[in-house]
Amino acid sequence: MTSEAADSAETAGTIAPAADPGFLQRHGGTIEYVLIPGAALAGALVVFGIFVAMFGKNPLDLYFYMYYGAFGTWFSWQNTLTRAAPLILTALCTALPAQLGMVIIGGEGALLIGALSATSAALLLQGMPPLVVQIAMVIAGVIGGGLWIMLSGALRQFRGVNETISSLLLVYIALAILNHLVEGAMRDPASLNKPSTREIGAANMIGSIPGTDVHWGLVFGLIAAIAAYILIYHTVFGFAARVAGGNIRAAKIVGLGVSKLILTICFLAGGAAGLAGMVEVAAVQGRTNANLAAGYGFTGILVAFLARQNPLAIIPVAILLGGISASGGLLQRRLGLPDASVLVLQGIIFVFVLASDALYGRIGFLKGKS
Amino acid sequence: MADGSIGLWTVPLAVLGGAIRVSTPFLFVSLGECITERSGRINLGLEGTLIMGAMSAYGISYVTGSPWLGVLAAGITGALLGALHAGICSLPRVNDVAVGIALMLFGTGLAFYLGKPLIEPTAPRLPAIDFGWWSDIPQVRAALRVNVLFLIGVALAPILYWAFRTTRWGLLIRTAGESSDAARAMGHSVLLIRLRATMVGGFLAGIGGSFLSLFYPGSWNEGLSSGQGITAVALVIFARWDPLLCLWASLAFGGAAALGPALQSVGVTSGYHLFNAAPYILTVAIMIITCSPKRTLTGAPAELSITR
Repeated sequence: MTSEAADSAETAGTIAPAADPGFLQRHGGTIEYVLIPGAALAGALVVFGIFVAMFGKNPLDLYFYMYYGAFGTWFSWQNTLTRAAPLILTALCTALPAQLGMVIIGGEGALLIGALSATSAALLLQGMPPLVVQIAMVIAGVIGGGLWIMLSGALRQFRGVNETISSLLLVYIALAILNHLVEGAMRDPASLNKPSTREIGAANMIGSIPGTDVHWGLVFGLIAAIAAYILIYHTVFGFAARVAGGNIRAAKIVGLGVSKLILTICFLAGGAAGLAGMVEVAAVQGRTNANLAAGYGFTGILVAFLARQNPLAIIPVAILLGGISASGGLLQRRLGLPDASVLVLQGIIFVFVLASDALYGRIGFLKGKS
Repeated sequence: MADGSIGLWTVPLAVLGGAIRVSTPFLFVSLGECITERSGRINLGLEGTLIMGAMSAYGISYVTGSPWLGVLAAGITGALLGALHAGICSLPRVNDVAVGIALMLFGTGLAFYLGKPLIEPTAPRLPAIDFGWWSDIPQVRAALRVNVLFLIGVALAPILYWAFRTTRWGLLIRTAGESSDAARAMGHSVLLIRLRATMVGGFLAGIGGSFLSLFYPGSWNEGLSSGQGITAVALVIFARWDPLLCLWASLAFGGAAALGPALQSVGVTSGYHLFNAAPYILTVAIMIITCSPKRTLTGAPAELSITR
């Protein structure tokens, strides 16, 4: 009763025409979504600068090399965009289930299974026209990754198993399966030091976007992110998913098939990460081995949270974090920082972004009050 | 008796030895997490705490020459990470699961960064007590070389069980976990109780990490912990937030984790990686069996976000 009254009073307050119905009042919310994560990012960079200064490095050099290594030259832009491609896809693996209120952090596992499935498809179809092989790899990668995350969704829906923990445990199981296969049944006898599968063949690689060194995986990522945005915000299915995410009981009362929603969304989420695995095989590695567990799945979690689980916002955020990881090599060479410094910065950014959640709706001047 | 003459008996012996040796990190992390979760908050960041604990224990043991100072440093590092977790979670509208994920990545990254110079040097290890002196069989002696930390962990489980039931602190933590309103009505700060519970939880998890680098496997490298922390967090859930069940579950997990290396030592190498994944597969399997979509788990603290 009282809370209802308070709610309606609040809505009335926002609807009632203020003395100056300004720009801030209409767009304050949107500005908030850009300003607060931006401030969190800046805060994280400052803290990282102080951290690096404690080891006797000049923070200004750090910022310069980070910018230079990420966005300073055409070469670094290409490096950044190449790394952004799998990040967009693995971020979708966290962002899509988040619409249903689920926290899935197993994108790395779906990436590995997707890579294995895509490689298997390519090796089975050797000799077929490249386009056929590539399409088969996409389908196999999506299905492999999709089923992997769908397993977490199914366990949550039918057995009540927490999806955050099960999806993370499945990462370690996926890695064990990958190691088991590349050192056993699928091993290329010629790979001595680094056990790997046989190569999928140069003709079957998906290649680069003309005029660049950036592979087509970036386009896959962009299409997937835009498709996810349309699905979530402009279809009945997406609306149903957001209703179920907001209030599961309300969703059941209006007769939504919650099980179907959860399984479909988890399949699509895992499919995106599986596609990232396919892209890494078909555009970068050319084969499956332990190199694929490069942490794109874990950075993808951070991308999704920084983008506030919005599929479109994932694109710029993935490019930003792709840039940070692209600058890692330069930081190592020029400043002598360990390669883990990128991980430290990512961790600090993550902590700042989550702490900044407390700021929403609290910044006075954005409420349009005057 | 000569090495190898006991044949296939090596496997159960190694599993028994593993139950004692490998279980210690599981035990400390799960007891720590048990305290934190009983206060109504979940800390998924203990994976990062474990690795930070391992790194700082190794570093301090190397610098000071005293492994026990290393254990203490690991505990303090863990408590600080716990304080960070609790501090961020006390802010309004911040999700504790997400903060845990962030600290998992942060702790791992920071440990790799600071631990870079520690990969080469050898630090003094923790001593072990020989309970296998009566036997001539080297495998039996190896299995019964017990670390003091394991004994402390084993003693801690019943102490915690008792403390949750009868002491003022145990009751306060449980009140905060069952109903924060009730704790507030009694005039206690829920945030403060949870801060302390998370710090103690982090302290224990850090000590669990020190065992990894100072006893078994007994060195510092970046592949030291792969999922033991998160497995232990899951373990608390199916141990029903009961410290005694945490002890039994940790022993079972240690045995499962020792299965891969044990089978390898008798020549079964084909499924090595799959056997190494045994603890994770076991965790998922047990969670499937023991969880239910119909009701919340018995014994679950009512304030815990992860079971609601």
